[in-house]
Amino acid sequence: MVGILHFPNTTIGKKIIMALSGAIWLGFLAGHMVGNLKIFMGAEHFNEYAHGLRTLGEPILVYGQALWIARLVVVPALVLHVWAAITLSLLNMQARDSKYVQHRKLNANAAQLSMIFGGIALFLFIIFHLMHFTLGVLVHPSFNPNDPYHNVIAGFQSYFYIPAVIYLIALAALSLHLYHGTWSMFQTLGLNNKTYTKSLRILAWLVAISITAGFALVPLSVMFGVVG
Amino acid sequence: MKLTLRVWRQKNSNTQGQLEDHQLDDVSPDSSFLEMIDDLNEKLTNEGKEPIAFDHDCREGICGMCSLVVNGVAHGQDRELIKAVTICQLHMRNFHGGETIVLEPWRAKGFPILKDLIVDRGAFDRIIQAGGFISVGTGSAPDANASPIPKKNADIAMDAAACIGCGACVAACPNASAMLFTSAKMGNLNHLPQGQTERYQRVVNMVTQMDKEGFGACTNMGECEAVCPKEINLDFIAQMNKDLITAALKGIGPTV
Ligand code: HEM
Ligand code: FES
Repeated sequence: MVGILHFPNTTIGKKIIMALSGAIWLGFLAGHMVGNLKIFMGAEHFNEYAHGLRTLGEPILVYGQALWIARLVVVPALVLHVWAAITLSLLNMQARDSKYVQHRKLNANAAQLSMIFGGIALFLFIIFHLMHFTLGVLVHPSFNPNDPYHNVIAGFQSYFYIPAVIYLIALAALSLHLYHGTWSMFQTLGLNNKTYTKSLRILAWLVAISITAGFALVPLSVMFGVVG
Repeated sequence: MKLTLRVWRQKNSNTQGQLEDHQLDDVSPDSSFLEMIDDLNEKLTNEGKEPIAFDHDCREGICGMCSLVVNGVAHGQDRELIKAVTICQLHMRNFHGGETIVLEPWRAKGFPILKDLIVDRGAFDRIIQAGGFISVGTGSAPDANASPIPKKNADIAMDAAACIGCGACVAACPNASAMLFTSAKMGNLNHLPQGQTERYQRVVNMVTQMDKEGFGACTNMGECEAVCPKEINLDFIAQMNKDLITAALKGIGPTV
């Protein structure tokens, strides 16, 4: 027991918690993105899907239970991810207590250097997103809990497209986060090595592009009048 | 050739340091980087000034003593053709006349600056003391072929053992993380049969000590492997991570 309890105290343990919770979110986002695409099949189909999420697992589960179970996984995962990210980032800053006058990077790319900033942006976006489409407070012009299709269309058409643009900016941050994050996850869990690193980089690139593009399709389609 | 050297001068660990400019008028392109500093020091000594303190020993790239950040890069190896060298193996022909060269020490909380360009790398010794060894009865050296080792493992162990402990990985890492060093210093033993008995205790102890020394965490950027004079790569860090997961699942806690 002592081993597993000591684990989160170590830098590597925290990093592994970050990788596992990131993987949970990656899976969740993939499912979420595919679900969103049902908007192109029309209002009835989309609303049925949204309702279906609440009646999933009946009769074993009651109304809304499956959704709550999912929330019980993704919310703690996010809390752990953010906790590890912030703790480690602070530690990393302290570890270089005297600053270089000149320090050149030979390898690092923008995705790697922006992880914590992109992450904080994503966190703020998640709050905005919940206010927008889940709770329908403040940032939505005409929220109706029984008509998700309307909520999405009206939400993206509202306020001179500012909410839609916020989504697109957040998605750009997400693509950078996932490009480094997906490869990084394998390295952190010890599943990367020289033989696979190229393939894993390509996988990370595909994941980043496909998830981001899939999500972006919805606000873009509303903005350009393809749906709505 | 003519050069301007901007060198970090710091009296001791308790004082603030600053950059100091020195003009060099007649640097031979054939001299090594450290010989260039030797010449400057001779001049400074003759003028009754304090020579620049810097670490060096073998001057042939094998001991790991030399440790300079040159123009923002550990061991100065940022030029196209120069890879996998220590600063003692770099020659002045790789620089241009009229250039300004900035010299700084390794900077990390785990490596306190002692004087000018010299840092205390005792933290590395303590990480090795925490587990970078195998416990065996001493005696005469066993025959190399006494226990069969797959060629692949022997090669990996040898690659890890190439680490000279210079600390360039820490110096280059944006987080001043010592993971490349620590993973190499267990990677050599963990790939050999003799290292198996203590394998998981070793990883827990060495990682715990590494954290205690105040080094940062890895963010998988690979700045370390880009400057490593012995081309140690990130695979060793991945292996260390995997072994730490196994150790945690086995319930092994630190004994350091
Ligand atoms: C949309 C949700 C998110 C997903 C899908 C996600 C995914 C990931 C993944 C897969 C990793 C790789 C883990 C590893 O390095 O092994 C990661 C790393 C990281 N994440 Fe997130 N993340 C999300 C949100 C956040 C948030 C809200 C923050 C911070 C406030 C954050 C900060 C970080 C940081 C600092 C790293 C480490 C980067 C590095 O090691 O270079 N992430 N993320
Ligand atoms: S002085 Fe020995 S490696 Fe440079």
